[in-house]
Amino acid sequence: MSDVTMTVNGKTVSRAVRGNELLVEFLREQLRLTGTHVGCDTSQCGACCVHVNGELVKACTIFAAEADGAEVSTIEGQANPDGSLNVIQQAFQDHHGLQCGFCTPGMVMAAASLLKENPKPSEQEIRHYLQGNICRCTGYHNIVRAIMAASGQEVEGGAIAAE
Amino acid sequence: MPKDHGIGASSKRREDVRFLTGTGNYTDDINVYGQAYVAFVRSDVAHGRITGIDTAAAEAMPGVLKIFTGSDFEGVGGLPCGWQVTDRFGEVMKEPPHPVLAQGKVRHVGEMVAAVVAESLQEARDAADAVMLDIEELPAIVDMKKAVASSETLVHDEIGTNLCYDWGFVEDNRDAVNQAIKGAAHVTTLELVNNRLVANPMEPRVAVGDYNRAGDMSTLYTTSQNPHVIRLLMGAFVLGIPEHKLRVVAPDVGGGFGTKIFHYAEEAFCTFAARALKRPVKWTSTRSEAFMSDAHGRDHVTKIELALDEANNFVAVRTETYANMGAYLSTFAPSVPTWLHGTLMAGNYKTPNIYVNVKAVFTNTVPVDAYRGAGRPEATFQLERVIDKAARELGVDPMALRRQNFITEFPYATPVAVEYDTGDYHATADKIAEIADFAGFETRRKESEAKGKLRGLGINCYIEACGIAPSNLVGQLGARAGLYESATVRVNATGSLSVMTGSHSHGQGHETSFPQVVSEMIGIPEDQIEIVHGDTANTPMGMGTYGSRSLAVGGSAIVRATEKIIRKATKIAAHLLEASEADIELKNGAFSVAGTDKSVAWGDVTLAAYVPHNYPLEDIEPGLEETAFYDPSNFTYPSGAYACEVEVDPETGQVTVERFSAADDFGNVINPMIVEGQVHGGVAQGIGQALLENCVYDETGQLLSASYMDYAMPRADNVPMVTVDHSCQTPCTHNPLGVKGCGEAGAIGSPPAVINAVIDALHSGGFTHVTHIDMPATPNRVWAAMQG
Repeated sequence: MSDVTMTVNGKTVSRAVRGNELLVEFLREQLRLTGTHVGCDTSQCGACCVHVNGELVKACTIFAAEADGAEVSTIEGQANPDGSLNVIQQAFQDHHGLQCGFCTPGMVMAAASLLKENPKPSEQEIRHYLQGNICRCTGYHNIVRAIMAASGQEVEGGAIAAE
Repeated sequence: MPKDHGIGASSKRREDVRFLTGTGNYTDDINVYGQAYVAFVRSDVAHGRITGIDTAAAEAMPGVLKIFTGSDFEGVGGLPCGWQVTDRFGEVMKEPPHPVLAQGKVRHVGEMVAAVVAESLQEARDAADAVMLDIEELPAIVDMKKAVASSETLVHDEIGTNLCYDWGFVEDNRDAVNQAIKGAAHVTTLELVNNRLVANPMEPRVAVGDYNRAGDMSTLYTTSQNPHVIRLLMGAFVLGIPEHKLRVVAPDVGGGFGTKIFHYAEEAFCTFAARALKRPVKWTSTRSEAFMSDAHGRDHVTKIELALDEANNFVAVRTETYANMGAYLSTFAPSVPTWLHGTLMAGNYKTPNIYVNVKAVFTNTVPVDAYRGAGRPEATFQLERVIDKAARELGVDPMALRRQNFITEFPYATPVAVEYDTGDYHATADKIAEIADFAGFETRRKESEAKGKLRGLGINCYIEACGIAPSNLVGQLGARAGLYESATVRVNATGSLSVMTGSHSHGQGHETSFPQVVSEMIGIPEDQIEIVHGDTANTPMGMGTYGSRSLAVGGSAIVRATEKIIRKATKIAAHLLEASEADIELKNGAFSVAGTDKSVAWGDVTLAAYVPHNYPLEDIEPGLEETAFYDPSNFTYPSGAYACEVEVDPETGQVTVERFSAADDFGNVINPMIVEGQVHGGVAQGIGQALLENCVYDETGQLLSASYMDYAMPRADNVPMVTVDHSCQTPCTHNPLGVKGCGEAGAIGSPPAVINAVIDALHSGGFTHVTHIDMPATPNRVWAAMQG
């Protein structure tokens, strides 16, 4: 066991962790931040995506000990300070970008990173960026539309409610 | 103007807020105080005799509480099968026992042999690695035709055969079909494989068993599409726990697609172990475990013959299918290749003579059961591929051949035992030509050719039977369950409603769409209506969500219960308004006396029901809560036409889907946004089946595609935007909402459209010797086919 200290969603936390404890296990089991999901064991599905020092990271690919001193943000820290959905979250709701919701936290975190790197991505750029995030429900159609809309671009048909 | 609330509105989903903020409550998010963890020891050979299980070293390891093996389950029931098929000779299917932990033999890679329960997951896994299995390996049987022919290698020695059943449908039509084919002007024959798939909902399965000694009460938290079904099967058939002492909770569930219908050994184990150890016991599947323990889908090998007369009218269809059951019968496995498949072989066509033969086969593979569409994609793929092949052989337009043979008069009784109530196949065929822009195809083909690519257009027409199912009918067909649905509508004193449903939402958006129905009926805002589901403790006995049934059957139960509420509330309103009940109208959340300005608000009536001071107590009871069970009188029959355009790279065989369009007839639509989302997802799964996904075993029964490194899930850059239209609506005639169900259509309608497009592309490039490519049409397969 070793002690780690990191900032998670703006709050400093210190805990003892096992040497082989993955960051995703640390978040889910020790901090009870269960919004970050585990969908596979080969780092393929992306349901566990979080931000570590501003970078998109699959939380199953690093040990908690490696995140010592890091700034981590998870899906639980994404909403606006007043608790309302942020622009990306709101776009996912407006455009029906989720169904069962299991891949959604990873999708939202990936979308945030994409839009930071590329504020006006094309459809193909979005699809390419999401290669590491698997969704089984939506066929990606409405996820792509949601991210286009969140980036302020015109989406064919507009928001769902206005269709 | 589109509606902004009630039936027909694209109401935004209320459940999204919790999923988007990480506050959903999935089963793995549940931790019960004092819980222990289980790690299963699974067989790494496909077939073998267990000669020893040495647990001594593992038992001595830190944190280990108990190690269970098959001997701990002697006298405990096996996992039951929910459907008994009778074969063409009148004999019932072979139904070998399905133990919770292996007894004597292992029959597939991944079968559970032992279970280690320990204080922590880490300790359980470490100790599981230390359990020494002694398994005398036996030859494995994987190929279905070899399995049927073999009398030496038997998956289940005691039944003396690997054939589960040999089903003929309709057996009495067999000779007439043979005669019709013999006398036909043209017969097109096609042999094909419907590839084995793994459903892969993104949330792996989880089970948490809990036991409360004080009340002798067991609770199972599980990732299920139908908690009441699990309670009945596990309680009554496996563990002998009566329903009132067993609660099953399926909270937020991260996708199902069929594979979370079934009762699994891990659920029974965790419930059993919690009672034995007086401790909660939790299991969370890894994805690797999921690949070798979740029931798989499809896996049919078929020969189909389509016979036509001189005028190209279909005169007969004859099929012979081998259907893989895997090593054990999963909960509804026997029904999938039979009653969910044979009954669909008429498709959209007035073929008078149809005979379907299905041989269900045991092999040393994971059990196979329903996966999105379940039997209907297999039927549609055969029919729509053979029709396309026939059109090429006859040199006629494939859509014209279909149109010529469309059923046009309804109701229509098919020769395969179902009666379609409504449909308009020409309407969806017209619509697909419009939305897929058939007129512009030749231009697009030339553009592709200019880039060195071959472009193909594939079409498909489908019908499916869903809204499962009339209980008395399925009872005759071998179902060991009823397939009604239930709803309790509880009106609270101040007028809000809690609707308890036996349906289960795991992505379908019931929490949003069901209130739209009730809101429309009463005239109160949707946010005054809460949907409660997923817990046997607070929902009436219901059969759950699968077979595109939730709105057609579950929604109908909600309508019936709400009608009862309105009838009683009307009596109360009549009393309050001192008017005759016959004169009372309910509109926009208020009761009024027809032709007057006298009215009373919904909330005043509901308050009177619970504070009955001025109330007709001599005639009606206080309170306002009603339950209804709805049993459908027929299946529903959604139908449609799909079109796919692909590009094939002739140098590499790489196929890309360039355009995909779907014109569906779902009858009435409650929430268009949700319906479209269902089609998008189904189409992506169908494209996945057609081009990417394949569950592969080697000849020794080793599972080669057991992770996302090897099993090609469709990713965002593998699928296109999908053009969806549901404006062709012929409402269902026998349920109160006129709805048909939309959950499976996309997965049923898309695979043949994709493969038809690939063949069309190859023909346009001169590769006219290619008449079929089995799914998935990988670059390797396509390239090999081009080389002849």
